[in-house]
Order: sequence, then structure tokens, then C-alpha cells
Amino acid sequence: MSDELKEEAFEQAPPPGEIPSPQQHFASRFSGLTGAIGPLVTVVLAFLISGIAILAIGKDPLKVYRAFWNGTGLNFFYHFGSYSIRIPFGTTHVWFWWDTASISAQNLQQTLLTTTPIILTALALALPFRAGMFNIGGQGQYWVGSIITVWVGESFIGLNGPVHIVLCLVVGTLGGAAWAGLAGILKAKWGVHEVISTIMLNWIAIWTSSWLLGQGGPLQGSQKSIPVSNSIADAAKLPIFWGPKLLQGLSIGIFIAVAMLFVYWLLINRSTLGYEIRAVGFNPDAARYGGMSVARNYFLAMAIAGAFAGLAGAIDILGWRYNLGQLDVQNQAGQIGFIGLAAALLGRNTALGVGAASLLFGALLTGTSGRQLDQSIFRPDLAGDLTTIIQGLVVLFVGLNLGAVAVWWRRKLRRVAA
Amino acid sequence: MTALTARFERVEWFAPRMIGVYGIVLGALAFWLALPPLVSRSSALPVLLGILAIAAGIWSFSRGEHRVGGGAIVAGILGIALALMALQSSTGHLKTVVVWSALFAAMLRYATPLIFAAIGGLYCERSGVVNIALEGMLLSGAFFGLWAAVWAHGWAGNAAWIVGLVGAALAGMAMAAIHAVWAIHFKVDQVVSGTAINFLALGITGYLFIDKYGDSGTPGDITNYGIPDIHLGFISGIPFFGAIFGQLNLMIWLSFLLVISTWFFVFRTPYGLRLRAVGEHPRAADTVGISVYKVRYIAVIGSGAIAAMGGAYLSLGFVHSFNEGMTQGIGFIGLASVVFGKWRPFPTWGATLLFGFSSALADRLPNAYGNQWGTLFQALPYALTLIAVAGVVGRSIAPAASGRPYVKQ
Repeated sequence: MSDELKEEAFEQAPPPGEIPSPQQHFASRFSGLTGAIGPLVTVVLAFLISGIAILAIGKDPLKVYRAFWNGTGLNFFYHFGSYSIRIPFGTTHVWFWWDTASISAQNLQQTLLTTTPIILTALALALPFRAGMFNIGGQGQYWVGSIITVWVGESFIGLNGPVHIVLCLVVGTLGGAAWAGLAGILKAKWGVHEVISTIMLNWIAIWTSSWLLGQGGPLQGSQKSIPVSNSIADAAKLPIFWGPKLLQGLSIGIFIAVAMLFVYWLLINRSTLGYEIRAVGFNPDAARYGGMSVARNYFLAMAIAGAFAGLAGAIDILGWRYNLGQLDVQNQAGQIGFIGLAAALLGRNTALGVGAASLLFGALLTGTSGRQLDQSIFRPDLAGDLTTIIQGLVVLFVGLNLGAVAVWWRRKLRRVAA
Repeated sequence: MTALTARFERVEWFAPRMIGVYGIVLGALAFWLALPPLVSRSSALPVLLGILAIAAGIWSFSRGEHRVGGGAIVAGILGIALALMALQSSTGHLKTVVVWSALFAAMLRYATPLIFAAIGGLYCERSGVVNIALEGMLLSGAFFGLWAAVWAHGWAGNAAWIVGLVGAALAGMAMAAIHAVWAIHFKVDQVVSGTAINFLALGITGYLFIDKYGDSGTPGDITNYGIPDIHLGFISGIPFFGAIFGQLNLMIWLSFLLVISTWFFVFRTPYGLRLRAVGEHPRAADTVGISVYKVRYIAVIGSGAIAAMGGAYLSLGFVHSFNEGMTQGIGFIGLASVVFGKWRPFPTWGATLLFGFSSALADRLPNAYGNQWGTLFQALPYALTLIAVAGVVGRSIAPAASGRPYVKQ
């Protein structure tokens, strides 16, 4: 970055005290339990408004939401009884108070399976947010991770299982990191706004993946009539510890995702890098004055974020997708990266918040999917769009500084009264 | 006219800059010779022209014209490479893909929704509000335009498309109004509210589409009351231009008009000056008595209406149907065009035409070379934009206050 550019960036920075930085907007306004009030109000509001959409086509919102709830499998937790389960990866059976083989248990597995990548793509947004950046490219980074994982997973057949799995996870993670790091470099070196560059990188990833997987593409599988890749080697599949192996049981990917939540917390709150990232997010000029390299932090924040998203793609491939098709990549609605975006905003970029919000969206996606939702109550394709609406409403209201709105409203009322 | 000739006379024909421009032209020529209609089959000619282009580029680069000179060097290398690639392919294949008149006509068709999206984005960004919600506005324009036209078909007959356009504009304005209130009054991060609009538009249009037309799709008779084509009988006889301009959709002509009037409005009227002032330095604009909020509201809501026109063209004038998420990133390419065109109407237009051309080519490539190359080609506009924003074609500088809410003191 030349001095001239630096000057310019300095001039373009908002005067202090005029506008709250994104951090002040989302992360640090409240802490602890009080911080959860805003997001909770947001969720309630979003469900109320989409309830109107359900009413508008002549359905009963309560009934529909109940069907969603049953589809999520969360009712698993309040159906007690006396059952026995097998210890995962063992042969011993022990007594247990929940029925782990019921329908609701299977639905719950799907919910957790969906929650896994959402947690990771949400972290991919949350980390750059702490550095004052908006990584809208989680989806592209997710696809890059997926594509590389499919490629490595279907190659090297005969490799030792754990080695193959670790290799796949590492290359997927690195792929995502490289893709996001590109945006980081563009920002750090040339001052390219990361929103523009990550949107472009998203679409480049989508179309390049479509080409790779499409008819005649390099990654298209041996079945030449369909644009789908080969399946990954059996040894490379993640172990499934709950549910049927052939019907998308729950893989150990969820533990990796939860561990990453902890890693994120450590990184942000307990490491020098996290401190620098937060400092850059609060005020880049002050951070630069304090001797930190703003460019380096921009790059690292983006690259680590991309690593999270790439890992999400890798886990999905190894955990339940096993192969990737052109249609998967081109399907617009229900894209995991963008749901992660909503989850990160709703979770206010804290580890705990992101975990909870991801579970909410994972449950919502599962509860409205064609496999889980009772078709006689609500059409699943309608429900899918309703999910997108709820997602939009959540993003709309969570960005709203409810306090500022209240002040504005009061002032308006006073003006009307006067 | 005299101004034009005066300007013409001031050009220094052998300045380093012009030599660089000649180099770029030579590089393009090297490739063009290998394409229809000439289809030169010799490899010596393109290589010679390419080397000349590179030489001209080096000459002008070494004399300080880095951008033009560098461009000429790249053009020379690309010219040689592409021409040699074209030589690998049979004349028959080349002739099926490269039909210039058809390519240009398709370019105009593909560029039109981009132009509407981009010009909408231009107004919005010029006023200092970032608009990544163009995609959503386009999509709502596409759906509600079609819906209104279908609804009006009963009483408006073949003119139902006018009602469709009005419906599209209203839908786009409604979406934009949310963005405006959120961005201007509530001072929410504009990327967040823009993203929310995109989700909402995708969800709402999909929801209504499934509810209304989910089982059978949109009515097949939309062709009858869609936006009409303009037949220009008198030019259809002219060989090349007749095939391009003889039969174009009304919206394509309107898009030309829109670009020119936008240029006039933004750079030649006091209102345009106010718009730019608000985007560059809102405090200064406020000080001289311009209402920053009012200007921004008008710009954002207007941008919604304009972008929605592009969507209406897509559903009512181009494909005559609607599908969930049918815009497929067109709004984002529109946004890219604005950045590519440095927030100026004519360069933005150029960018949309370039992207339109690449779509047109992507459309025709499968005819000879198989599907997959067309798919890869779709990534080109985004890659070009990425290169452009990295400063290769000169730094593109956004309006200074873009993305920042204004707090009145």
C-alpha cells in the first residue's frame, strides 16, 4: 500500500464518533444475557411476520409451525422412557432415558447435520466482522472447500482411512482459506472493498464448480449421463456415530464444528491475533498507530474465515454428501453460506450466540425440508421459501439497532404532538 | 461540430499514448483476422501483428504510458494466443459460433437487464448508499411485473405489459423503500440491509410463485401480451445493422435512452450535482441547504424502480416466464458493471455490453464446442470485475460517502 493510498484511506475513514462501527452495532453493545434480548425479539418478530404469510394463503400458522417443530426432531428431548443404546463404536448396550432410534431421533440427526456447516460458515462471517470486514463470500469458500475435498476424496483410493480423512479436511480447509485470502490480499494491498471482491469470488466459484462437475467437465464422474462427480472413497467417509449409515446418520463432523466454536472463542478472546483483529475492527487508524499491521490482520482474518467455510464444505462432503452435483452448486435457495451469514448476525458474532443461532437455522432448514415436513399440512417447497423469508426478516431486524429505532420513534411522536 | 473538429485536431497522433492504442487495435486485429468472415488460416499474419502490438506496447510503456502500453502488450499476447487457438478449430465450427450480427443482437438482449440494474445502482451509489440489493429488486420486478401483466390481461388485452411495468416498478420501489429506511433513517450497515432485501425478495417471489403457479408454471400465452418488439422495416434491408437493430425489444431501446438521459441528468443538471454532492460530501451538501435525506430517499427508491424494469424485461420481454431465483446473479453483474464503469453512465454501459457479449458468446459456444465451455464462460464477467477493481484498468474510486449513513447535526 503506497503512502498516497494510505492517506486516501485515512481521509475516507469516517470522522470519529459519527457512526458506530460494525462492532459497536453487533457485538459489543450488550454482553451476556442482556445481549440475547435483541436477537430473541428479532426471532419472534420474524416468525410473527412470516406467520402472516402463512395466513395469507389460508393456512393455520400455529399448525404449520407445529409441523415444522416436529420435523426438526427437537421433540426428541421431551419424550422420556426406558430404552437401551449401544455405546458408539462399541458393542456394549446400556440403559438410556431417550429413544435414540425413533423418527424424532432421526430428524434430530438431520438437524444437527445441517447445523454443522452453518456453525462454520457463520464463524466465517463472524471473524472478519470482528476486524470490521463483511465476508459475504462464505458460500463461495464453502464450494471451493467442497470441490477440492471431492477431488481428493475420490482420488488416492486405497489410502489409509484416518490419513485420507485428515488429508481431505486439510485440503478443503486450505482451499477455503486461499479463496478468502485472495479477498484479504485484494483489500490489504489495493484497498478493494471485500464485499465486492467476495461477491465476485462467490460467483466465480459457483460457475467454475458448475463447469468442473458439468457434462464433460474434469470432475464429472464415470456415469457420463449425469453431471455429478464420483463418490469419495469409503475410507474417506467420516465415521457415523448415531443413526443408520445408509440414511444419512450423524457423523462426527458436528464435534469438529463445536470444537471450532471453542477455537474461535480462544482466538478472539484469548490470543494476541484476536486482540489485534478486534483492535483493527474498532479503529484501524488507532491500531496502525499502535504498531499493528492492519493489512496483515485483514488478510489473516479473511484467510482464517475462509478456512472455517472450507472446512464446512469438506465436512459436508465427507459426512453426508459423498459426491457433488452441478445442481447442488447452482441451487440458489437454501445456500448454507448465506444461512451462516444470518446465523452470525443473529448470534452477534459471539461463539455461544453463533452456536445457538446455527442450531435455530439448522432446525428451521430441516423442519421445512421435503423429507421431514408433513406434506398434508404444508407444501415443502412453500416452506423452503418461507425459510428464506424468515432468514431475510432475521437479517433485516437484527441489523436494526432497536434502541435507535425507539429514540427515533419517540422523537417522531413528540414532533407530531407538538 | 466545430468543437468536435477542434478536439480532433488536438490529438497527437504519434504520442506514446496513441501508439499504445494502436498496439491494442493491432492485438485485436490479430485475433479478428482468424475469425469469420475472413477466417485467415495462416499463423504468420496474427503472430506478426501480435509482435507489432507488443512492440508498440513496450515502446509506449517505456515512455511512461503504463496503462495503455501494458494494455497493448497484453492485447498482443492475447491476440496471438487466441488466434492460434482459433486456428486449431475448424472453419465450420468457427462459422457456427462467430456470427457477428447474431452475437451483437444477443449481446444487446443480455445486456439490457444489466443496464437497468446498473443504472439503478449508479443512482443509489452516487447518493452514497451502497446497493447490493439490486439482485432482489430485479427479481421482484421480474415476478411482480409478470404477475401484474397476467392479472391485467383480462381487461387490458395485449397492452397488459404496461400494467406489468407499473407493477414491477412498484414492487422494486417497495423493496428499495425498506432498504432506504433502514440505510438512511435507522443507519443500519447498508450491506446487511441489502443482503436482507435479497433474501426477502428471493423468499417472497418464490413463495408467491409456488402458491400461484407452482403446479403448472406461469401461463404460456405471455408471449401475446409481453413487452413488444420494435420492427424497423426500413433498416432490415441493410446487411449487418438490419440483423442487429431490425427487431429489438422496446426495453432495449429504452435502455439506450436511459443511459443517455442518466448521463445528462447526473452531469448536466443541478439535480445531478446535488445527487453527487450528497454522495461525495453530505456535510457540505447539508451546509448549503440540500436535504441529504430527501436526496438519498429519492435516489434509493428510484433505483429500485429502475432495477425492477430490468427484471420486468427479463420475465415479460425476454423469456416470457418466471422461475424461482431466475435472475441468477444478474443484479450482481449489474453492480459489478457500476464498479467496472467507475460510477459513470457511459463506461458502465460499456461494461454491461462487455458482459452481455460474454453471455452471448457463452450462449453460442456450446453449438460447436460442447456445453462445458459455455458454463465456464459465465464466470468471466466476475473475474474481469475482480481484475478491474484490483486497479489494473486504473483505480476505480467510489463516491466518498458511499456506505456511510449521514447523521444530521
